[in-house]
Amino acid sequence: MTGIKKFWGRQTIIAAVSAAALALSGCAASSALNEGEEKPAADTGGDTVKVGVLHSLSGTMAISEVSLRDAELMAIEEINADGGVLGKQIEPIVEDGASDWPTFAEKAKKLLQKDEAAAVFGGWTSASRKAMLPVFEQNNGLLWYPVQYEGMESSPNIFYTGATTNQQIVPSVTWLLENKGKSFFLIGSDYVFPRTANKEIKAQLEAEGGTLAGEEYTPLGHTDYSTLISKIKEKKPEVIYNTLNGDSNVAFFKQLKDAGITADDITVLSVSIAEEEIRGIGTDILTGHYAAWNYFQTTDTPENEKFVASYKEAYGDDRVTGDPIEAAYNAVYLWAAAVEKAGSFEVDAVKAAAGGIEFKAPGGTVTIDGDNQHTYKTARIGEIQADGQFKEVWNSGEPVKPDPYLETYPWAEGLN
Amino acid sequence: MAVVFTQLFNGISLGSILLLIALGLAITFGLMNVINMAHGEFIMAGAYTTYVVQQAFSHYVPAALFDYYYIAAIPLSFLIGALLGFILEKTLIRFLYHRPLDSLLATWGVSLILQQAARSIFGAPNVAVTAPSWLDGGLTIAGAVFPYKRLFIIALAAVCMIALYLYLDKTAAGRKMRAVTLNRSMASSLGVSTKKVDAAAFAIGSGLAGIAGCALTILGPIGSTIGMYYIVDAFMIVILGGIGSLVGTVFGALSIGMLGTVAEFWTGASMAKVIVFAAIIAFLQFKPAGLLSARTRSLE
Amino acid sequence: MDKKKLGYWLFFIALFLGPLYLTEFRLALLGKFLCFALVALGICLIWGYTGILSLGHGVYFGLGAYCTAMYLKLEAAGGGLPDFMEWSGVTGIPAFWRPFANPAFALGASLLVPALLAAVLGFLTFKNRIKGVYFSLISQAVVVVFVTLFVAKQDWTGGTNGLTNFTTFLGFSLASPLVQIALYLITVLILGASFALAAALTKSRAGRVLSAVRDGENRVRFLGFNPTSYKVFVYSLSAALAGLAGTLFVLQVGLISPAMMGIIPSIEMVLWVAVGGRHSLIGAILGAVIVNSAKSFFSESYPDIWSIFLGLLFIIVVMFLPNGLVGAIESWKKSRKKSRQKGGTADAADSVVS
Repeated sequence: MTGIKKFWGRQTIIAAVSAAALALSGCAASSALNEGEEKPAADTGGDTVKVGVLHSLSGTMAISEVSLRDAELMAIEEINADGGVLGKQIEPIVEDGASDWPTFAEKAKKLLQKDEAAAVFGGWTSASRKAMLPVFEQNNGLLWYPVQYEGMESSPNIFYTGATTNQQIVPSVTWLLENKGKSFFLIGSDYVFPRTANKEIKAQLEAEGGTLAGEEYTPLGHTDYSTLISKIKEKKPEVIYNTLNGDSNVAFFKQLKDAGITADDITVLSVSIAEEEIRGIGTDILTGHYAAWNYFQTTDTPENEKFVASYKEAYGDDRVTGDPIEAAYNAVYLWAAAVEKAGSFEVDAVKAAAGGIEFKAPGGTVTIDGDNQHTYKTARIGEIQADGQFKEVWNSGEPVKPDPYLETYPWAEGLN
Repeated sequence: MAVVFTQLFNGISLGSILLLIALGLAITFGLMNVINMAHGEFIMAGAYTTYVVQQAFSHYVPAALFDYYYIAAIPLSFLIGALLGFILEKTLIRFLYHRPLDSLLATWGVSLILQQAARSIFGAPNVAVTAPSWLDGGLTIAGAVFPYKRLFIIALAAVCMIALYLYLDKTAAGRKMRAVTLNRSMASSLGVSTKKVDAAAFAIGSGLAGIAGCALTILGPIGSTIGMYYIVDAFMIVILGGIGSLVGTVFGALSIGMLGTVAEFWTGASMAKVIVFAAIIAFLQFKPAGLLSARTRSLE
Repeated sequence: MDKKKLGYWLFFIALFLGPLYLTEFRLALLGKFLCFALVALGICLIWGYTGILSLGHGVYFGLGAYCTAMYLKLEAAGGGLPDFMEWSGVTGIPAFWRPFANPAFALGASLLVPALLAAVLGFLTFKNRIKGVYFSLISQAVVVVFVTLFVAKQDWTGGTNGLTNFTTFLGFSLASPLVQIALYLITVLILGASFALAAALTKSRAGRVLSAVRDGENRVRFLGFNPTSYKVFVYSLSAALAGLAGTLFVLQVGLISPAMMGIIPSIEMVLWVAVGGRHSLIGAILGAVIVNSAKSFFSESYPDIWSIFLGLLFIIVVMFLPNGLVGAIESWKKSRKKSRQKGGTADAADSVVS
């Protein structure tokens, strides 16, 4: 046990060895770097082309994200049955982001560097997207992000097939002010999307003559809403604008009903509750409340009829579709169309070709805006029915041009 | 004034929910000194049991009797929780009685497996349970609404608490359990089968978690990860109340419930959480053994 | 003994030569795991050698990472407002952010902030003779407080998104593979140095007092030592190692968010040490690398059900290898040497933490 001294006694020899090692690995590093530059961005040899499917299959976000994976895999299967893209079959590589943001970054890196995926479809939370963004920018990869989000972003390596705020939140606030009341109570989970969205809503309320009755945030996963509901009762708003996330919605709506507040007393409009979430909350509780989306399972288009039928056939009669599921499905088709137009899987070529690409989506035609890589989408508001489906009460008539930075709205000046 | 009453009630209600969650732990952790991280998953199992019972009633039982599914679900949730706990004790826990911190690590593995199992069986999205119609609505007194569901949970927590107290204090099996807790080797040498007592205690504690899961279905979400939301709170209540003291657990649950509600009313839900946990940390600095604890003269 | 030391040297040299035989992606992964190994080393010091089980090391890891990330974020903003502050409606850089524009301050803070917090917390809890399970659960409460605060103060911390999208470190582009390789090599060197330091500590007089505290705190007290100061010291050291690991993590992974400070990562950190061997410093390092490699491997191969395998791994290790992989190898060697004199040593260690 004379340990320490002996330990350091060999220092000199070891130092020499390490110096040699350092030199060696330095050489290796520079050669690796050179290799890296010659490497093609996507592995397109052979009869197949690889794409990544990266969603949380475990952890707290799995409740929402598993269905997106299903929709993406279904679209890939359909395209493959139709002959594939540029004559190649699409080979999906499924990875689990595990509701953990560094895991999303790690798996994205793996899909780009090891599998050389031509495109990756994935993400749900803003945090997962923000974690993946630098990976895609540094490796010049292509991420298709299918969920509505808070805007204020436009990465050259991401295509956004979900709604940005001016395609969902802004029109719904206007609609509420015109039809339901002026006094708003904002509730949301304590994270980036609700806080950013509410900042925009407050600016809009001020500009369009609404009033703010209150604004409250609860931690993610919060399940006791009794105190929040007493606050709401005290303020007596006409409208509750709800940006709660996931499980909290279940607790909030159940407890709101118990407190004796129904849709007739106060209208609740939600932006994170689609058909699948309705089933997890219970239709009896939600009937009469509203949600703003770009697509409902009941949206009346021939494409949607086929989409809903094949989704149910593939995954079971009891499954329902919904806005993010549709946006995930669209993403695959939009990518395939852009590849066909570009005649190549090369990321830069696909990006250059993507502007103006149109797809007859289940929720109406969507078009990629070449400037900000978002899509034109039709805004819709639906009322929840007793069968758990939406009855559309308003739509924007035509697809709305995406405006992630709200540049065309005078009241949004100074928000960014 | 109505707001004061409502908030007072909300505090008691939150306290009763926390008590239901923590009562099972008060036995497995408080009395047996096992850190069962899968306790939250037993809560989840109780919630899913309620869901299955409801599905079964809606398919096989006349519609007129549907509302009684909840009455059937409570004992069944207890049984499923107890069964899971019994299996866990027999296969894992009994080897770890002398290594409480190791029980924490092993049961963490169990909780990962149970969560994934639930996802594989019931699918990833949440499932819905329709509360029986006799729990709809609420009592209105002087402008304040007291929802029947919350009143029911307060009653359920009280019943569980009293039943547990009677079991531990008035029955032979319960007294044996307490004897084993106080002095294992002495109890053993007096002829108490510690193995049987251990298994029974663990099963009862886990069964109570099942009941908590059943109760939570009428207020909150039912999904594979709900156990995670409650597990830390439950442990905090037990150490705050004092390990080994059931009455302490009641005080712990009620004081956290009241403090949380008051703090949330004045600040917001996030800050309330910070205040509650900071208060627990500070309190334990002054009273490391908790609010009430079994007196002992031993040094370590 | 000499054979063992040679083994250590070979191990670290093999790690150092990683860039020669690993692809860029695998090297980045290994670099991340080595940061975790540094945390594990600190946990091993307090758990295996001193008998304090902290379930809150995620906080120290996170604080270290945030300190460095604040510097990186300010550098990326190039004198302007960091992007997340802009969309959170902050108009000027908060005063407490300003000193972090200086890299030396930021890096120093990433060591000192966790160490100071640990010292304060440790002083209070250890002085009040709170130990065992109580301490572990209090450390979890600390995690809840910090995570909730970091999430709620979005305008200062970036909320759930955390801090990400950095560009340069001291002027070097973080995207460049060469810089990443250099960071990897630095990580290996720091890990090696920390390992040597920890090994020296455990063999020193102070280290023996720590082990004595673990095995019988009151006896140590009666012998005239003050266990509190020893415990506070080693707890702070362990927190500083976690903070250092956080810095290296944020540089290599380019991301820190409150999710990484949470209850789940904090418990996982302890599990790495348990799997590797809580009484062995090298075991802790190996444990961190092995568990995380297993996690990556299982989740790549079986994305749907991988967590079942991970759960099984934990159960099997705790049930059958109470002293982890290294402990198992050592007791196997011992039993081979003295095949007639059975056991003893491993059992004594079992009851160490209670």
